[in-house]
Amino acid sequence: MVFKHDVLIVGAGLAGLRAALEVTGNADVGLLSKVYPTRSHSGAAQGGIAAALGNEEPDSWEWHMFDTVKGGDYLTDQNVAEILAQDAARAVYELEHMGVPFNRTEDGRIAQRAFGGHTRDFGAAPVKRACYAADRSGRVMMDTLYFEVVKKGIRTYAEFQMLDLVIRDGQVAGVTVYELATGELHFIQARAVLLATGGFGKVYKTTSNAFASTGDGVYMAYRAGIPLEDLEFVQFHPTGIYGLGVLISEAARGEGGILRNDLGERFMERYAPTIKDLGPRDMISRAIWMEIREGRGIGGKDYVHLDLTHLGEKRLAERLSDISSFVKIYLGQDTAKDLIPIQPTCHYMMGGIPVDVDGRVLDGSHEIVTGLYAAGECSCLSLHGANRLGCNSLLDLVVFGRRAGLKMLEDLGAISWASVPQDPEAPVRERIARLKGRSGGEKAVRLRQALQEIMMAHCSVFRHEETLAQALSEIEALKEAYARVAIDNRGACFNTDLLEALELEHLLGLGEATVASALARKESRGAHSREDFPERDDENWLKHTLIRKQERGYRIFDKPVTITRFQPKPRAY
Amino acid sequence: MDVHFKIFRFDPERDREPCYRDYVVKTEPHERILDCLNRIKWEQDGTLSYRMSCAHGVCGSDGMRINGVCGLACQKLVKDYHGDEVLLEPLPHFRILKDLVVDMEGFLEQVTAMQPYLLTSSPPPEKERLQGPADRKKVDDVIRCILCGSCTGACPAMDENPQYVGPAALVWAYRYLFDSRDEQYTERLRAADHPNAVWSCKNYFECTRVCPKGIPVTRSINLMKREIKKVFGEEGPSS
Repeated sequence: MVFKHDVLIVGAGLAGLRAALEVTGNADVGLLSKVYPTRSHSGAAQGGIAAALGNEEPDSWEWHMFDTVKGGDYLTDQNVAEILAQDAARAVYELEHMGVPFNRTEDGRIAQRAFGGHTRDFGAAPVKRACYAADRSGRVMMDTLYFEVVKKGIRTYAEFQMLDLVIRDGQVAGVTVYELATGELHFIQARAVLLATGGFGKVYKTTSNAFASTGDGVYMAYRAGIPLEDLEFVQFHPTGIYGLGVLISEAARGEGGILRNDLGERFMERYAPTIKDLGPRDMISRAIWMEIREGRGIGGKDYVHLDLTHLGEKRLAERLSDISSFVKIYLGQDTAKDLIPIQPTCHYMMGGIPVDVDGRVLDGSHEIVTGLYAAGECSCLSLHGANRLGCNSLLDLVVFGRRAGLKMLEDLGAISWASVPQDPEAPVRERIARLKGRSGGEKAVRLRQALQEIMMAHCSVFRHEETLAQALSEIEALKEAYARVAIDNRGACFNTDLLEALELEHLLGLGEATVASALARKESRGAHSREDFPERDDENWLKHTLIRKQERGYRIFDKPVTITRFQPKPRAY
Repeated sequence: MDVHFKIFRFDPERDREPCYRDYVVKTEPHERILDCLNRIKWEQDGTLSYRMSCAHGVCGSDGMRINGVCGLACQKLVKDYHGDEVLLEPLPHFRILKDLVVDMEGFLEQVTAMQPYLLTSSPPPEKERLQGPADRKKVDDVIRCILCGSCTGACPAMDENPQYVGPAALVWAYRYLFDSRDEQYTERLRAADHPNAVWSCKNYFECTRVCPKGIPVTRSINLMKREIKKVFGEEGPSS
């Protein structure tokens, strides 16, 4: 079946929902989601959304902009950080007006708390900038926006998965989608397509990401010839529950939680003397691994403790109840009494599909691809540079989701309908037929787990040329084995066996591109820490990495960083 | 340790009647039931279907009936079942689409019918609307709802009155009824005051018992009943 919309938004997390609300009423919009919209991964965001409202103490958007740039280890494009910080208060008030149930101050304003890397006076001390709803900020924001979408009657395709992005002569024609309930393929023709498909944390073994976070949009753009930017910058969140990777929000430290090693030491005092446990995530994740390597992990093992025991039951119940319940359910422990075993967990991709400040996707020549837009984690603005600050992601989603919506509306007048190829679903139909036709081949799970282990071992917090090169050749072998993958399920109805096998192609492609980008950058910056090149090297590497798929292999090139107000300085906290 | 699973299977393309199939999984006590399901699908039988995404009780995808009790497969651990056989079935009161996958549309329609969004006629201020911490606290429990369907699946009143909107829809009714910023209080209260809404609840407390987010669902429904009586008088159901 062929569907047609002026604007098609792929992904119904916060970026997609916010964009849809901007477009509806002015153009025909369809919203596509591989899961039920309320199950999108934005809902897992816990800690809050940053904005210099100054409700608790003096704050300014310039400080927020500076923190974003410094947090990104000066790889952040500063014009983008300026838009984010300046628009933050408006965006948060807008969410409040829509009904988001933020926690409140005594006088009824939006409550704010401290968060990693957010400071006053350009780094002098932590500042309370995170607006929050307990530790389920993302979930309540997403529910609020989703029911606004329902109220406005936006056409939603729930459990439809994009399997191909069709670009012809530099213009988007539409997307091929798979309907989970029936197994049917459809082509959705659109003049504007917004990719808001999220990240791909599932390339790693230990991750806070959902099973749905397989980078479908990022990979399909890559497969279609769009370059990907800054993929080597992968955020490992310092506090994942040991062994599970389930996220314990930075809000736990924003509320006063402390990291401790085997000796009970508050070790962050040594790594970030000024803001200690509220240092940026890349720095804390490295510090945890340093402690572990030097034998100060708990009992000599590969984890440390997060101590919330001094916060008191009232504060834990009011502000950190979800994480307290995770600790109770999965560890059988009590955050008010027990120390929580934690280890860094893959959390967020700073890199992705290159876009301008209005979400327009840029091709290999930095030219705009007509009709193609991206927002949210799948995109690279580059706002977060080499390391994203906590609470800047939810803000990114609503600020730049809205801007992409506005720009699509503005551009629609000049975008005609691209011609649709004959039988546009054919390439996907053939891929599916190949998978269903094979018997007795490789199991997808073996290749997926092998990839996740390779990425974890060789391309996580610390990297080195030798092991990256080894990872690359191992992934190459997995890609060859992928051609032999066979599945059990040949049915049409809710065939997740098939979809997981298809998603594996995305994970393998993105894993390879991530390792290749990490191998190329011969310096350490933000989340990219090369043991063979331990220093930041502004002279040679103050630039964005771009990787583009070729007929065979890929090509790596670069583009400059936009620096406006803040010249790069050594990064200490 | 080996754990035995008995799983409800139904494929509308092939089966006339549902059946149960047995599986044995090698697992550890601290692992999630969802981990076991994944191992079955990935290693033994790819034809098995169920929903999942976040795997830690936030997205609400993997609601099902586990040994007769509705809940999330990602929140239940192997050790909770003491090595007994684990029986997995789809959520009751939902139409079965395949295996453990149920049709969520009717459920979401009931929630949506409660107008789960802020309704105001006065223009918002330039900054935030003010709301004191005490007013905000009134919705603190209900905003934990993740729309997983466990409560509605578990509710015996759904058998007594299939037209009952179900506990989850009432949680969302409560969410906006008691939000001090909302301006449709009376209309919302009237919608709740219906034989198929709060008055279908007979205090079985099953919803409260199973809610994976610990929402006091029955208590919330009773607070709405009390509010209705206070505002509209003591006569009880209005229609």
